[in-house]
Amino acid sequence: MSAAEWHVVAFTLRVAALSTLLIAPLGVGVAWLLARYRWPGKSLAETVVTLPLVLPPVATGLLLLKLVGRRGPLGQLLDRAGVDVVFTWRAVVLAMMAMSFPLLVRGCRVAFEEVNVRFEQVARTLGASDWRVFLTITVPLALRGIVGGLVLAFARAIGEFGATIVVAGNIPGRTRTLALAMYDDVQLGHDDAAFRLLGVAAAIAFVALWTSEAALRRRGAPR
Amino acid sequence: MNLAAALLLAVLAAPLPLRATLHVSAAASLTDVLQELAPLYEKQTGDTLLFNFGASSLLARQIREGAPADLVISADELTMDSLQQRRLIVAASRRSILSNTLAIIVPGDSRMKIASPADLARDNIRNLALAEPQSVPAGIYAKEYLRKLRLWQKVVPKVVPADNVRGALAAVESGNADAGIVYKTDALHSKLVRIAYEVPASVGPEISYPAAVVADSKQPAAARRLLDFLQSPRAQGVFRKYGFLVKPRQ
Repeated sequence: MSAAEWHVVAFTLRVAALSTLLIAPLGVGVAWLLARYRWPGKSLAETVVTLPLVLPPVATGLLLLKLVGRRGPLGQLLDRAGVDVVFTWRAVVLAMMAMSFPLLVRGCRVAFEEVNVRFEQVARTLGASDWRVFLTITVPLALRGIVGGLVLAFARAIGEFGATIVVAGNIPGRTRTLALAMYDDVQLGHDDAAFRLLGVAAAIAFVALWTSEAALRRRGAPR
Repeated sequence: MNLAAALLLAVLAAPLPLRATLHVSAAASLTDVLQELAPLYEKQTGDTLLFNFGASSLLARQIREGAPADLVISADELTMDSLQQRRLIVAASRRSILSNTLAIIVPGDSRMKIASPADLARDNIRNLALAEPQSVPAGIYAKEYLRKLRLWQKVVPKVVPADNVRGALAAVESGNADAGIVYKTDALHSKLVRIAYEVPASVGPEISYPAAVVADSKQPAAARRLLDFLQSPRAQGVFRKYGFLVKPRQ
């Protein structure tokens, strides 16, 4: 592994972690709203949230590019503020967020749906506020699913390719992630380098899944 | 039964040698001109052309892995050399058919003035779109040019590399890149970019498009016929219309 390859690995881990952190509060919140309440526009929201999962990733990338490109509605504002998004690490994070958000929401939603509403009602009759019920009853009972959703979102972010190459490009040292570096190596015929990165990607996936399993088992959650 | 047999025979007989289907792997910068030439050729010969456009480096990689191709047209000699060394092309069929020049482009609505290439180092150009400068011919040419002017080290932090030259063009068209270096023919073809500076052929790198019949081709005669057509006066007229410099037939 060369210094440049290690840089790619470190960069990928950093942006994927940042992406997962940024979507966590909103993803958990949306999942909870979808699991617990009926509200107007709910099915529309469900569809929009799931869209990146079923669209070709390149299409999601195109939509993001139109949104945050220098001529896009959001991009113009950012450009005036002096913030470059397209072709920077910010675009990498954005692509990862969009692509992994549905997985996080799905994982958390199922987890919330499995929590017995009775426990929440009992806590409320004992005088706990909604917020307290959520933090002390709902989240702990759904934790296994929430952590699972976060790990899945993180893993999806690590592997993100299609949307990233559209909004962020493939710039060495700036936006090149593991998946993009691997693509480059394959194109250039550097198969041995591609296999080295493949090994790292597999190791990351393994460690992420194993740690989440182990952490949850130690908490005594039922298998 | 007879009808079925006749139909079967017709289906089996249809793709026989009289009419060839040729797979052509060609540099991305040739996309539009070859698509204009294809119907002319198909009408003239009855052959069918199937194109695979991409960065020459990618085409070479595909041919090395056994992708179907009868004729390959690269945007540089180095890529063709790599194929010839591996005996993947018919060396005797190889000839340089076209040349091109480089142009510095800006988005069509940009007021950016570029009086000389040295302006690319200025701060108001935040990023510069190129084809990937390690492997893709258009990027290699641009890098070679900027190196010669001792500008490469100054602009390298701004470089946004694209998969092929059309990717670099698209980044400037969308306004997401402040400037780019592409072939003049790409710039001429796009309504969304403006040529800010034309690199004179005498100063820029020598650009050559070699073509050759692929060694694995099962229809080398038809591939040669297509190669001859690309050097015919009729085809050369179309190439010139798109801004290519046509090389004389050897």
